[in-house]
Amino acid sequence: MANDLKGQVMHLMAGNISCQELADLITEYLEGSLTFSERIRFQIHLGFCVGCRNYLNQMKTTIRTLGKLPSEPMPTEVREELLKRFRTWKKG
Amino acid sequence: MKEEEQHQPTASPESKWNDEQVLVEALRQGDEAAFGFLIDTYYGSLLRLAMAYVPSRAVADEVVQETWMGVLESLPRFEGRSSVKTWMFRILTNRAKTRGKGESRYESLDTGNGYGDGDDEGWREPERFQSSGALAGHWITLPSMWDEETPERLLLSKESRMLIEQAIDALPPVQRQVITLRDLDGVDSKEVCNILDVTETNQRVLLHRARSRVRKMIESQLYNTKAER
Repeated sequence: MANDLKGQVMHLMAGNISCQELADLITEYLEGSLTFSERIRFQIHLGFCVGCRNYLNQMKTTIRTLGKLPSEPMPTEVREELLKRFRTWKKG
Repeated sequence: MKEEEQHQPTASPESKWNDEQVLVEALRQGDEAAFGFLIDTYYGSLLRLAMAYVPSRAVADEVVQETWMGVLESLPRFEGRSSVKTWMFRILTNRAKTRGKGESRYESLDTGNGYGDGDDEGWREPERFQSSGALAGHWITLPSMWDEETPERLLLSKESRMLIEQAIDALPPVQRQVITLRDLDGVDSKEVCNILDVTETNQRVLLHRARSRVRKMIESQLYNTKAER
């Protein structure tokens, strides 16, 4: 019983959403597509929950990592071939 | 930093083409250096996106080649209503879709959820949350803090870079298309919807699932446990 009460209080303090729900909403939060009240609840939960703060941070780090993933450079032969085609196109 | 960027245009010969009108006009006039700038700038991104549509590297190379030719063909009709990047990505997706047809893995999987990824639950990690009791839905073990240098450290190692690439590769194709454009190429959400012909909501759902899967892989990589897919 005491545990139930503790759980309810924590849930309330944590913005009335669970960690699992918060994890599902992260992209919507980052995209700015939550409603005002959803965003407030999300942020209240974050304020109380270090696990969710870390999880949000992990998602942001994942995004940053992906943004830095180098793409493949163009092979020289491909580049030369393309420039050759461009010259032909120009004439035509 | 800002100041340096502003000084660049006069110093670097390419930078005048950062103005897309100037770039398109130069291309129309047959300026080879402008075309060189275009292919140097977008080759990697186009190849990455092509790989999200077709089953093999060889076919992806062909799709990219066809895209360049398509760009030249439609250059006279380009009106500048979208960015050059979006315009090229659209040419690529049209060609790639034709090439990817018939390869079942690359057709969208309609499971009735409308997202076309056939991935309703697999990206979630229900095992990490309490399933019942007063704290249902709360973490069983709290996620840990990743340090600031995580991206750099991961990308420095060829092995982790390959693992991340493999994780992206293993995503359902539509998720891969969305995450490639959004997170690898930094295209904004409106443009992605335009390029991929998806609604904003679908785009967000697909992006979230894709990011969740990649995050999970990075986490397992950080702790040197076997990546689950």
